[in-house]
Amino acid sequence: MELAALNLVNATLNWITFALDAPSARAVVFGVHIGGHLFVEVLLLVVILFLLSQKSYKPPKRPLTKKEIDELCDEWVPESLIPPITQEMLSESPVLESAAGPHTIIDGKEVVNFASANYLGFVGHDKLLESCTSVLEKYGVGSCGPRGFYGTIDVHLDCEARIAKFLGTHDSILYSYGLSTLFSAIPCFCKKGDIIVVDEGVHWGIQNGLYLSRSTIVYFKHNDMESLEKTLEKITAQNKRAKKLRRYIVVESVYQNSGQIAPLDKIIKLKEKYRFRVLLDETNSFGVLGRTGRGLTEYCGVPIEKIDIVTAAMGHALATEGGFCTGSARVIDHQRLSSSGYVFSASLPPYLASAAITAIDILEQNPDLTSKLKENIAILWKGLSDIRGLSIASNPESPIVFLVLEKSTGSVKSDLHLLEDIADRALKQESIFVVVSKRSTLDKCPLPVGIRLFVSAAHSESDLLKACESLKRVAAAMLR
Amino acid sequence: MITIPYLTALTTYFSYGLLFAFGQFRDFFRKIFDWWHSSNLEGYAPICLGLEDFYIRRLYLRIQDCFGRPIASAPDAWFDVVERYSNDNNKTLKRTDKISRCLNLGSYNYLGFAAADEYCTPRVIDSLCRFSASTCSTRVEGGTTTLHKELEECVANFVGKPAAVVFGMGYVTNSAILPVIIGKGGLIISDSLNHNSIVNGARGSGATIRVFQHNTPSHLEKVLREQIADGQPRTHRPWKKIIVVVEGIYSMEGELCKLPEIVAICKKYKAYVYLDEAHSIGAVGKTGRGVCELLGVDTADVDIMMGTFTKSFGSCGGYIAGSKELIQYLKYTCPAHLYATSISPPSAQQIISSIKVILGEDGSSRGAQKLARIRENSNFFRSELQKMGFEVLGDNDSPVMPIMLYNPAKIPAFSRECLKQNVAVVTVAFPATPLLLARARICISASHTKEDLLKALEVISQVGDMVGIKYFPAEPNKQQQDQQQQQPGKDTIKLD
Repeated sequence: MELAALNLVNATLNWITFALDAPSARAVVFGVHIGGHLFVEVLLLVVILFLLSQKSYKPPKRPLTKKEIDELCDEWVPESLIPPITQEMLSESPVLESAAGPHTIIDGKEVVNFASANYLGFVGHDKLLESCTSVLEKYGVGSCGPRGFYGTIDVHLDCEARIAKFLGTHDSILYSYGLSTLFSAIPCFCKKGDIIVVDEGVHWGIQNGLYLSRSTIVYFKHNDMESLEKTLEKITAQNKRAKKLRRYIVVESVYQNSGQIAPLDKIIKLKEKYRFRVLLDETNSFGVLGRTGRGLTEYCGVPIEKIDIVTAAMGHALATEGGFCTGSARVIDHQRLSSSGYVFSASLPPYLASAAITAIDILEQNPDLTSKLKENIAILWKGLSDIRGLSIASNPESPIVFLVLEKSTGSVKSDLHLLEDIADRALKQESIFVVVSKRSTLDKCPLPVGIRLFVSAAHSESDLLKACESLKRVAAAMLR
Repeated sequence: MITIPYLTALTTYFSYGLLFAFGQFRDFFRKIFDWWHSSNLEGYAPICLGLEDFYIRRLYLRIQDCFGRPIASAPDAWFDVVERYSNDNNKTLKRTDKISRCLNLGSYNYLGFAAADEYCTPRVIDSLCRFSASTCSTRVEGGTTTLHKELEECVANFVGKPAAVVFGMGYVTNSAILPVIIGKGGLIISDSLNHNSIVNGARGSGATIRVFQHNTPSHLEKVLREQIADGQPRTHRPWKKIIVVVEGIYSMEGELCKLPEIVAICKKYKAYVYLDEAHSIGAVGKTGRGVCELLGVDTADVDIMMGTFTKSFGSCGGYIAGSKELIQYLKYTCPAHLYATSISPPSAQQIISSIKVILGEDGSSRGAQKLARIRENSNFFRSELQKMGFEVLGDNDSPVMPIMLYNPAKIPAFSRECLKQNVAVVTVAFPATPLLLARARICISASHTKEDLLKALEVISQVGDMVGIKYFPAEPNKQQQDQQQQQPGKDTIKLD
């Protein structure tokens, strides 16, 4: 029975083989007998190729019709250009009726001015006015052109040379506005991929420059050298490519947002250890720190060549406007064609450049100005050290005396509100003009807000004592 | 759209190719030399990477004497250009005491307020004595004086908006305002040839940026429709808001903005209009109120009006004018208002006084005369240049007129030859223009007399012949020339 079944199967198989071989029974191609299996395989191949040639299924693409786009455009409702106006947006800043010297007039009343960074008392200085007047008569007000296109006036070149000579650098470059100095200079040297290590308390001009540079930005804790070292260590250890990238440390000499002074000597040690370049903003220290007012480098006893890029705004100690960047010839020359705020903007009005030259001349001739300022800072510090409800957050030698709330109310907004009330009262009742550090919504600085007093060498001792007494009185009344 | 003849394009490419090859060649040897001397960087990456400053080192330095020429007088119709010399093949330039008195065709002194003015200068010096040169403080702190208040009212009134805020620098005005009014989820549609300050402001804002073809309203509409229909990239959410940014007069093209069409489109699609009037405010329009007045656009239809005081008013700084609420908001949060030193009081006074002169509030008709003069001067000069066969860009009434040079060698040739004959012109090359489209730019002022202009024309024509930049046939074939401009033949290629 089994044998019969096996025979039947064999016979069937033989028959199939014969049937398949029949069409190409004796066909030989290149010496190979074409068997039936080859026929089957070719058939399979054809089927596979056919299937492969078929397109996979895709939903048909239907672009929006004109009508649909019209509808979408009609439906779209934009947000209003600006958010609704709230009460705090309506507050008006005080209006000065005279020059912003140590004493000024607000609402017809003479007040002691702590709101102007007139550190050396150059506002209203006779020599400055004299040089400005003669330049105004000769050159007019504006320069009517960018530096490249006949906007370079000999005064600008003299001013650049004067600044470089004063600081002992090779060259310097003038910008027409303090704020634009840093956000133009940083993107000049830092590009995508470069590494910038920066203090978290830097002001908005630097923040904007960092953002525009599109570099990799790492923040370290405000004025904390341990945090800086850790950050540098982490970056150099983590990133093998770091050696090939440009690496910068960006710090302010005197922080506008806290009044702290950066420990430059320590930063230089770290910089040399980890091979970073340093970019220093001397806005609030130029003309202030150091025995002769040459800034933080002199104060810390660091040769200025160790700092690769130094910038400063001139709207503070020099009592003029604009800003400058100084450093090696290579650093400066590169900016002259790459720095957007320099290339694409009209140059500084010549009278302001001449005011800067004169201011530096006066500073060099009167080294006692900085010591007078130092004394004044010490007086204010001493007078405010026991103020109730507030504490001094700034460095004892910083020309910015920064008062913060001892007990924060919990939010920046209400802190600001409270501090503004104090400042308002000090102005209205005590004729002391102090201001609160305002924060733009764009500013990412995490430091607490506070009352900022700009000390000037032109403040008399009685001004300072009066300010201390008044602030104490107001603080005691408001912060119970 | 500039059409550049094939042959010119070819020779220009060839010239740049040659310069590039030579530069690379020199860099190669420089590298070997440096390697020999071993670098002193000790583990620092070079501060300027290889190709980053290649253009400066190998191309710009060769002709740097044509740029940044120092002057030793006010930038009036005639000024003193300081002569410079170089001992190291133009790498560094040294000033001399020698000056040459030149006709000034370069400064933005549209209304002639750059020099001392009988009405403005005494008032400027008065305010200098009263308020000093600087307030050393920001506007929100102690930097607002009565002068600043007066200035803001004066500017708002002049441009025809309810309120205005002023800043100490025009560049900062653009680059600090845009991030305040728009951010992530917003869209900025910008003209392709907008000024660098707008580009930087737009980048700083974090909003998405789209570009439309220079001064082409139809393309703007296309972009707007596409973007509104598509929404934000990836998420396809609707845009929060759209701001269209245009300039009144394009400083490198001399063209007037097609404002009426653009405003109509923006209205239709509910986009906000941001108009930068850096070059047009004070210079055009019947009473000097800029392109809105010239082209008959209601200022209420322009949401944000920006402008600078560097040009027509002979001062410095910039303004934003808009609704009362907009200005209040800006004063509350704009970093340039919060963190930057307020505009210098004498500069503020210069602006107030010059606006008073323009409006005739000084009791004379000098302002009206100046405005008539600059229009006449510009139109006369432009038509004469066109008659001579130069390729002049820009529209009538615009005081800016670029003359196309194209070839890199023609840039220094034109500039130096003109200077030899005591005419100071501005030549513009990369990075301010695209690499191929180098040009000379002439800015006409109301302080130019007829004789000045005739002299300038004579010199430019002569130098133009010498340098070979009269790309069109001269006067008799005016009609033909117009046709040629409208229908570029087969032998031209188009460049945006």
